[in-house]
Amino acid sequence: MNPRRKKRLTIILSLVIGLGSAVGLTLFALSQNIDLFYTPTELVQGKGKDKRLPEVGDRLRIGGMVVPGTVSRDSQSLRVSFDLVDAGGPIVTVEYDGILPDLFREGQGIVAMGTLKDATTVVASEVLAKHDEEYMPAEVAESLKGMKHFKPEYTDEQLKGQH
Amino acid sequence: MIPELGQFTLIIALGLSVLLSIYPLWGAHIGHSGMMNSAKTLAVTQFLFVGLSFACLTYAFIVNDFTVAYVASHSNSELPLQYRISAVWGSHEGSLLLWVLILAGWTAAVALLSKQLPLESVARVLAVMGMLGVGFYLFIVITSNPFERTLPYFPVDGRDLNPLLQDIGLILHPPMLYMGYVGFSVAFAFAIASLMAGQLDSAWARWSRPWTMAAWIFLTIGIALGSWWAYYELGWGGWWFWDPVENASFMPWLAGTALIHSLAVTEKRGVFKSWTVLLALSAFSLSLLGTFLVRSGVLVSVHAFASDPERGLFILAFLILVIGGSLLLFAIKASAVKSNGRYQLFSRETFLLGNNILLIAALIVVLLGTLLPLVHKEIGLGSISIGEPFFNKMFTLLIVPFMLMLGVGPLVRWKKQHADDLLKPLLLSLVISVLLCVAFLSLFAPSITWLAILGVFLGCWVSVSTAQETWLRATHRNAFVVGIRKLSLSHWAMALGHLGFAICVIGITMTQNFSIEKDVRMVPGDSIQFQDYEFQFEGVSPLKGPNFDGHTGVLQVYKGGQYVTELAAEKRFYRVQRNVMTEAAIDAGITRDLYAALGEQLDDGAWALRIYYKPFIRWIWGGALIMSLGGLLAMLDKRYRVRRRPVRKEAIA
Repeated sequence: MNPRRKKRLTIILSLVIGLGSAVGLTLFALSQNIDLFYTPTELVQGKGKDKRLPEVGDRLRIGGMVVPGTVSRDSQSLRVSFDLVDAGGPIVTVEYDGILPDLFREGQGIVAMGTLKDATTVVASEVLAKHDEEYMPAEVAESLKGMKHFKPEYTDEQLKGQH
Repeated sequence: MIPELGQFTLIIALGLSVLLSIYPLWGAHIGHSGMMNSAKTLAVTQFLFVGLSFACLTYAFIVNDFTVAYVASHSNSELPLQYRISAVWGSHEGSLLLWVLILAGWTAAVALLSKQLPLESVARVLAVMGMLGVGFYLFIVITSNPFERTLPYFPVDGRDLNPLLQDIGLILHPPMLYMGYVGFSVAFAFAIASLMAGQLDSAWARWSRPWTMAAWIFLTIGIALGSWWAYYELGWGGWWFWDPVENASFMPWLAGTALIHSLAVTEKRGVFKSWTVLLALSAFSLSLLGTFLVRSGVLVSVHAFASDPERGLFILAFLILVIGGSLLLFAIKASAVKSNGRYQLFSRETFLLGNNILLIAALIVVLLGTLLPLVHKEIGLGSISIGEPFFNKMFTLLIVPFMLMLGVGPLVRWKKQHADDLLKPLLLSLVISVLLCVAFLSLFAPSITWLAILGVFLGCWVSVSTAQETWLRATHRNAFVVGIRKLSLSHWAMALGHLGFAICVIGITMTQNFSIEKDVRMVPGDSIQFQDYEFQFEGVSPLKGPNFDGHTGVLQVYKGGQYVTELAAEKRFYRVQRNVMTEAAIDAGITRDLYAALGEQLDDGAWALRIYYKPFIRWIWGGALIMSLGGLLAMLDKRYRVRRRPVRKEAIA
């Protein structure tokens, strides 16, 4: 190989390696930071065709309607918990430590971001409510279709926990 | 009557822009100077008509004309005057009208300020801008008419402006941002026009440089304003959320920053020509993409106004037409473009190429993170979101080589540089920046983290080597005092631009690493202590504003027993929109902000409060301001101002 070709080969090789590692790194970082969205029904019964259930400890987002009368506050701190429901029926409890958004109300749609604590409990690091009358997260709007006829379905453990 | 006049003048402006997009182009093709000359007249008249239309809409807001549907849904008779005026661009229809007004304004400015350009080029450039205008006028007239009436049953009062938008930041943020977005259309039009004519020489780069710089300045200020607004208005104390809409404005900025650097190379050295053209095309295309993302309702965010599939489809079609058309033209013509300069591996050209590659890499990261969730959802894989850590991680990785090169680049000569000559100055500036970094951290950092060391060091490195480069340049042939006066404005522009960036990076590093955020439950009389500060909660009192009621929570702040300030955080309830808003109280300072926001009311007189300590957050926006000041100096440089004959000759030659 003559020196000129050698030089070119080095340049091209280093370009390929550089690009490859950049793409690989990006995809790796990406895969670590994708948060799937679940509705309470999907979280309990599984999401998609293959009924995939998230593992305990997974980062995820959950959106649904706050069940009226379930918001309970700790009297000493800012810890709060409330139940979420969607058109399907199953209930998921969200625990959060912090200030709820201005537009957080019972009976309204919210999205929470956090990790799964057990099969029906999410510990939220962030809670988002809609910004005004017209704005509602599209995901929540979709999952709340036909919301009027829901009947909350508590599992036995949830019922035990409440009483 | 007045709204109809507004609609009428808007349609006339549409007609004029149709003429503008055909007539001068044809004139340039057959070499008819009268037709080419018509471009300027058409451009200016078009601006006057759309200006009149905008004035009509503004008038409707000022006199509370609720027979206009747009006014009725975005204003209220109790809304203060300044917000009634800013409400004009507070939602979809009006902000599009502002968009075309600004586009017409840039077009008219090109028409009036391009006396040194050959007539043919002006005609082509204005015609391309006319075409863009036609697209947007049609969009307004067909899908989003702001002058639609509610007659005969008009409401007695309006539905008020979204309280989030009732703020000084929102009066200024959209016009600035649009000036930037639309300003890139000038660089775009210049690129298209020279592709059409097949004349891609350094003259092209020289003409579009000040325009691109102007657009970049506005965009920089616009983004900084948006970030500042989000910080004090959303009540979370964050300054950047990697929200898709923020990303939509950040992408053209990254492309624009790459563009102003590669334009410099093309002008000075005649290389990177087709790359520069491609960047000019992409900067504006990304602005359009941003508009599409925000306006079509495919994204859900604070900025996404009421969505309408018809609108989304129109912008998407326009987007495909503009991007596809310009890339096609590029593909056909770019092969004829030859870069005639030669340069060695170790030269300033290579460093600027590195700058461009890293900026484009950053752009791709943002593009990926913004579009992936959309694609994922559309192909039926379910809804996902890309977390902030992804962007933060990628930018941390990219910024290290970027800033290391940024420190060296200005010292390197064009064409060829002997590495040995640079060793001494670089070592010196390395030592100084390490010392500076250590001093800075020991003064201001409460603890040490690797990222903090890295960020502050990089900031110091860029500042020190910028200062050193200025020193070396000034003392190259003269004594320092004489030499420093002889430095050109564009040299100062570069120094300020880089310094501003360094300041911004230091601000980001300090804020991200050393912010303290506490959400607490407090009853009046309670106090909380951190970072030498003691916050004492005094209690909450009622509040009454023109279109809202609410509460004010008062905190007294002490440092080491000394009274510092009082923070009065508000919680407002807007009567018409029935919205609750948090108005944060901020005590701003150069080295730290104290930030308090009132949360919800809890039982037995307690309130939830957010109390934040944000070190060096002002440096982020200060750095952005310094960067744009640098841009301003670059525009004021002599070679763009002087209209002597020689310049003219050179331009033609």
